[in-house]
Amino acid sequence: MSGNEAIARGAYECGVRFGSGYPGTPSTEIMEEFARYEGVYAEWSPNEKVAMEVGIGAALAGAKALVTMKHVGVNVAADPLFTVSYTGTNGALVIVSADDPSLHSSQNEQDNRNYAKFAKIPMLEPADSEEARQYVKIAFELSERFDTPVFLRSVTRLSHSKGVVTPEDPVPVEDRTAIRFNAAKYVMVPFNARVRRVEVEKRMNALREFAETFPENRMEINDPEVGIITAGMCYHYAKAAFRNYSYLKLGMVYPLPVNLIREFARKVKKLYVLEEMDPFFEEQIKALGIPVIGKEIFSYTGEFDPGIVESAISGTRPESLSCPVEIPPRPPNLCPGCPHRGLFHVLNRLKTFVTGDIGCYTLSFMKPLEGLHSCICMGASIGMAHGMSKALGEKGRGKIVGVIGDSTFLHSGITPLLNLAYNKGDAVIVICDNRTTAMTGMQEHPGTGYTLQGEKTKPVDLKELITALGIDSVRVVDPYDLKATRAVLKEELDRPGPSVVISQRACVLFKRETQAARKPLRVDPDKCIGCRNCIGLGCPPIAWRPFEGMPPEQVKKNAKKQDGMAVIDGTLCNGCTVCQQLCKVGAIVEED
Amino acid sequence: MKSNVKSILMAGVGGQGVLRASDILCQVMMESGLDVKKSEVHGMAQRGGCVTSHVRYGQKVHSPLAKKGNVEILLAFEKLETLRYLDYLEPGGIVIINDEQMNPPSVNLGAAAYPDTVVSIVRERFPSVLVVNAPELANRAGNHRTVNTVLLGVLSKYLKIEEKQWEKGIRDSFPPKTLEANIKAFHLGRDA
Repeated sequence: MSGNEAIARGAYECGVRFGSGYPGTPSTEIMEEFARYEGVYAEWSPNEKVAMEVGIGAALAGAKALVTMKHVGVNVAADPLFTVSYTGTNGALVIVSADDPSLHSSQNEQDNRNYAKFAKIPMLEPADSEEARQYVKIAFELSERFDTPVFLRSVTRLSHSKGVVTPEDPVPVEDRTAIRFNAAKYVMVPFNARVRRVEVEKRMNALREFAETFPENRMEINDPEVGIITAGMCYHYAKAAFRNYSYLKLGMVYPLPVNLIREFARKVKKLYVLEEMDPFFEEQIKALGIPVIGKEIFSYTGEFDPGIVESAISGTRPESLSCPVEIPPRPPNLCPGCPHRGLFHVLNRLKTFVTGDIGCYTLSFMKPLEGLHSCICMGASIGMAHGMSKALGEKGRGKIVGVIGDSTFLHSGITPLLNLAYNKGDAVIVICDNRTTAMTGMQEHPGTGYTLQGEKTKPVDLKELITALGIDSVRVVDPYDLKATRAVLKEELDRPGPSVVISQRACVLFKRETQAARKPLRVDPDKCIGCRNCIGLGCPPIAWRPFEGMPPEQVKKNAKKQDGMAVIDGTLCNGCTVCQQLCKVGAIVEED
Repeated sequence: MKSNVKSILMAGVGGQGVLRASDILCQVMMESGLDVKKSEVHGMAQRGGCVTSHVRYGQKVHSPLAKKGNVEILLAFEKLETLRYLDYLEPGGIVIINDEQMNPPSVNLGAAAYPDTVVSIVRERFPSVLVVNAPELANRAGNHRTVNTVLLGVLSKYLKIEEKQWEKGIRDSFPPKTLEANIKAFHLGRDA
């Protein structure tokens, strides 16, 4: 099982039947997996804040609720998070935060252990799939016992690694839900919150005491020369490199077991603190007056592995094999036939500044499309476009476009669009509506008409919603039609005031809305003049073939300065015709 | 420090079925009584990007990631990817190369060249290199999408796992429609 599958399994085993979340790599599969168990209610909420509030509500009603999100999702959910720490949970509430050291699929590398300390919420961190299954159960027990929300922290390497897991039978589910009134505990006005604030500190003290004897804070005394305090994946990286050193493996990463740490420090000669990203343990341990070696040898950035840990501790460097040739990089790219490609080609040609957002389309910042110029976080495109156009005034007239995906728009684009309309902004907002949450693997959202568990529901009508927000001009275009897309965008940019263009076509990988198969295209070498217009799309099947080095009989020169030609790999092409529309000499034709 | 844990690194391009192949490998190893961990990263529209899967097995596996210079077998689903991960191989390690070229974007744009000396570079450094034309074998098996199963077949030659375990692993992983082609693809790879 992967770490994510194991988290879902553990939750199911200990009687959790309620889950909410928002998809985000590397957390997505937890809720997808959880939703498949029998008797479970699970939903994709439109964003993490809503998912958190849904979970808080379920817990308040007495349920055990699992809430999942990626690390930056916790930022979105931070507002309710900090105060549910005061109210406590009544039922139980476990929040999974999946962090992403090395930014494999994220816009930042924040260390969410800091949220545990900041919001005064205990946090557990498993080190492999089997522990993930067990720790989620412990997290629910702690939530019930201490009346507190509990964090379960994962990282990409845990969520997306697979290991052997020994599942157990689920415990019988007990329905403890009921309506119970308790205003002093759940109405956080200053008068009540001051009282709860004190309770939070009492709870933290109880948890500190608990941490001292918590069996998952585990000492392994082997060679007393070297001791390593660590948690999560790092424990296994270190064990793979240095099997015989002594370890203090922390299953609970907040609050820390102070006495246990002191005891471990006394038992070993040289003490290291091994942790990815922030010196979270290190600062707290140093504050105890215990000398440790940490960030002076371990990096603040990036994911570790056994080799990195070994070189840092032993001071050696692995030999690097020199490679005599340059290896061209292979970054991810928009798929062949991706509907975003045509849109961003047009945006690039219109020479606008495009504030971007989080989604596959963010990749169009790269060469050769270069059609997107900023990306901060979910929903930022619209507010930023508004701010830029206000600050630029006349200078920005007709030059500012904000681009956002359908799922991202419904996540956090509605309020900034309301703002753009109400405060009389002047920018064109393009919603890339590919009918799904494509980047994380086709999750449902309120525009798709289906719930996470496959039930039909009423999809939001984007056009009506946008009109209701106060936008008078809402146009719909097909991004496969370059001419029409360009014409509509041009008109909307020329017209002062806010407007929205919905660029609508389903993701090419989205099977439910797949259109009829199209014939792949090819390049007619007798016609190609080597202008490279089609190459400028950066579509994977289209490649440039230089004449240099080609057998002379294959060289077909159709233009004076022609030094090569385009070729299309028919096995990759899906016949979207966008390149065909760009070819001025009609050299791109359907395969025979 | 020596341990009994061994590592296999699979490297390829998004869409080639690297993850499916490593899933099957792990299942087969687990059912043969080994402790196995595997790791990969997915996320950002991976199609066209690099995909790697670390598979580590033995009596007790700690890290799901291998360290550089410590991999026993590198299985490259695409020629160029062999070079990108060559650092991971231990001295004398085994290299299996699928003789298939997939151009990275910069090569398609005409801004970089696809090195034509991949195999010779690898042979200069490692004694045991096997180059297989997996797409051709996959076509012979009757389904061009069985390249990953062909490569599993090739890999199986180097591992002490019984053939029937492999067959079971493949049977458990594919729908009836493509099962026959996959079994055939596996054997074509194993005999290559």
